[in-house]
Amino acid sequence: MKPAPFSIHIPDTIDEAVACLAEHGEEARVIAGGQSLMAMLNMRLAEPSILVDVSRLADLKKLEIGPDGLTVGAATTQAEVFHHPDLATHMPLVREALTHVGHIQTRNRGTVCGSLCHADPSAEMPLLLATLGGTVTLQSSSGTRTLSASEFQTGLLETAKQQGELCISAHFPSLPSSARWGFREIARRDGDFAIVAMACIADKGTVRLGVGGVSDAPTVEEWSDLSTADIPDALNRLAWKMGGTDDIHASARYRRELVRRIGQKLIEETLS
Amino acid sequence: MKVLQHGQKHSVEFTLNGEEVEGFAEPRMLLSDFLRHEIGATGTHVGCEHGVCGACTVMMDGKAVRSCLTLAHQAEGREIRTIEGLETPDHEFNDLQQAFHENFALQCGYCTPGMLMTLSELASTGKRYTEAEVRDALSGNICRCTGYKEIVDAAMAVLGDKGQVAAE
Repeated sequence: MKPAPFSIHIPDTIDEAVACLAEHGEEARVIAGGQSLMAMLNMRLAEPSILVDVSRLADLKKLEIGPDGLTVGAATTQAEVFHHPDLATHMPLVREALTHVGHIQTRNRGTVCGSLCHADPSAEMPLLLATLGGTVTLQSSSGTRTLSASEFQTGLLETAKQQGELCISAHFPSLPSSARWGFREIARRDGDFAIVAMACIADKGTVRLGVGGVSDAPTVEEWSDLSTADIPDALNRLAWKMGGTDDIHASARYRRELVRRIGQKLIEETLS
Repeated sequence: MKVLQHGQKHSVEFTLNGEEVEGFAEPRMLLSDFLRHEIGATGTHVGCEHGVCGACTVMMDGKAVRSCLTLAHQAEGREIRTIEGLETPDHEFNDLQQAFHENFALQCGYCTPGMLMTLSELASTGKRYTEAEVRDALSGNICRCTGYKEIVDAAMAVLGDKGQVAAE
């Protein structure tokens, strides 16, 4: 349970960081909070020869919360977002979801952008990025590009981030004041990875449901004029569409059943 | 850009419980191992080594963090606090330690340093906590002996409505 040897490169600027990533290609991994990567290094599931430590880059410490939403830099921790005084006002759904992200000890170091880049299928921040329709901004030596959640999230532990690219920030749009929201998660232990996590947004006759933990990447479904009687059928179709896979935590069948049952409760409480 | 080459030991300096410490660590060395093997501060325990059990919890710049998910070099220049730093200047238990003692909140004691360092972050805020909040905070620390009740009781004795905030 000790990492294989690697060198640490500590850039002073974003430009230095992306130049370093360009030079070393797949040998290099970015570390910010390290709350997913360090566990993978300790278990030797990842053996990069270079870690590019961006955790102290002041330019990546961005944290803006306002009526437009939340913009968070790559070195900003989940705890810093959680404790921002305006989070509850403008981004209550993000605040609720953050209480389910790991534990206080991991939120104190883990970053929101790190969760997005790690792309665990049951993680809450990727689920919210997808459900809220957020964006991720990537920078490389040839420039920056901003991708929508659906463009960025390509699969199990996979994103559209290319070699040589550094995620520099993410944006989560806020909800209109008319919108209602809900969040539910089933995990074996408080703070563990979710078996299934769901976020629901209801506004002006439409219901949008984001589901994490079933497919390889968060799945978002939207319905118009969904009556209470239609909910079971709609969720059943969604559950079968996602399919899911068996793993040591739960069977695919159980995950689909959670979508049907917890989904029903979540949609009902969001609409009520 | 600073580069710390693999296979070589590089100087690491930080403040440990109010005192400057310095040691040498390979880039891959974990903060937990650095504290125990380089500094000799063995109060910080190592359980699962992949961020699940919470035994290795220390405070970094006032925040509870997992020292097995932190590299020694990431502690450079930071303020680290461990179980060794909790005692009062008279070498007595602080309020949290005393509450653990009085409430039988440990059996084998392996998880205790991590429990106390997690609760120390809560105590440092000076706020009052509900039992639900304390249980939520402690959900990242596993104890296989006590069943948690005594631990929660001890925490509530200090952090709850009727409790006293631990002396800082």
